[in-house]
Amino acid sequence: MPPETPVYTSYHPRWYRQRVSTYWWLGRWSYLVFILRELSSLAVAWVVLLTLLLVRAVSAGTDSYAEFVQWLKTPVVLALNAVALSFLVFHTITWFNAAPRAMGLRLGGRRVPERLVAVAHYAGWAAASALMAWMVLG
Amino acid sequence: MAETIQLEVARYQPERDTAPRLERFAVPLRKEWVVLDALNYIKDRLDGSLSYRWSCRMGICGSCGMSVNGEPKLTCATFLVHYAPGPVRVEPLRYFPVVRDLVIEMSDFLRKLQKVKPWIIRREEQPLSSGEYLQTPEQLDAYKQYSMCINCMICYAACPVYGLDPLFPGPAALALAQRYNLDSRDQGAGERLRELSHADGIWGCTFVGECTKVCPKNVDPAGAIQQYKFTAAKEWLKSLLLPRGGG
Repeated sequence: MPPETPVYTSYHPRWYRQRVSTYWWLGRWSYLVFILRELSSLAVAWVVLLTLLLVRAVSAGTDSYAEFVQWLKTPVVLALNAVALSFLVFHTITWFNAAPRAMGLRLGGRRVPERLVAVAHYAGWAAASALMAWMVLG
Repeated sequence: MAETIQLEVARYQPERDTAPRLERFAVPLRKEWVVLDALNYIKDRLDGSLSYRWSCRMGICGSCGMSVNGEPKLTCATFLVHYAPGPVRVEPLRYFPVVRDLVIEMSDFLRKLQKVKPWIIRREEQPLSSGEYLQTPEQLDAYKQYSMCINCMICYAACPVYGLDPLFPGPAALALAQRYNLDSRDQGAGERLRELSHADGIWGCTFVGECTKVCPKNVDPAGAIQQYKFTAAKEWLKSLLLPRGGG
């Protein structure tokens, strides 16, 4: 009886390849955050659509605008907008945190610190929000 | 502190296994020991058939990248005590074919690395008599961070895009392309851009950002790729507005 010896083929026998699971994004928190960030673009698209519908309603006259506002007050649209708002905030924060790295801003031959770029983004956001609040509430 | 720690090491012997399996080993838990020391202990004292790559033991050669408890790490810079009381699961780098035990097949990476032309390209070389190509500290600083890459492929094991799209060049190769693009001595940016500005090049990156988080040399491949995309978009716009190159 011959001893149990390994049988080799001439060149790299059999590589083991693991298939990437369809649910790879559930395996790690940062991957899930990434997928949610990508999904948040749907919320952005929804808000763009809503704005276009608003413009159309306003241009069609007072009745049409009142009808549009009534529609906005329905529970389904309210719930949808609440979800969209949370996704938009998430989208903004994750993007502002990523932007300094993506920009790689340099001034006078030196890299601008990432924290400074992020702070500038948040400051711009706060200023724009303050302006909107002043226009709506003021 | 416990005297030993359990290591669960992935074993794959192609002549007998159809898939990797985990084998447990008890190794001494010493505060100065890294995971690579534990693997060397196993190889020397417990099972000489264990296969893995390593060389310098000091974070320079980039050979000993493995998955430690699911995270891609340089095993020479990953201390055992951080995982106490254990067990510590050591597996080959994710997304690469496994040759044996912890040894991955890296030809795909090497092919892609070559494709991005990671060397200085000159349209015309200066004559030797005019001396070296000089650089200011600012010019060096523009690419230095990206030049710290040791080709350890840890960023590939963290990049789901590389796992899903076999044509994607991957974080390290693209960061190295950008390293040469930003080098004041290089004139090959256009050549590289033609090779890389498409869906299976820089635009394949979806900015997951994990490559930067796991990089043991703080190279920031994710940042390099996004900046590369910005340059590519600028060049595309320029070619649209000035189709004849604007003189």
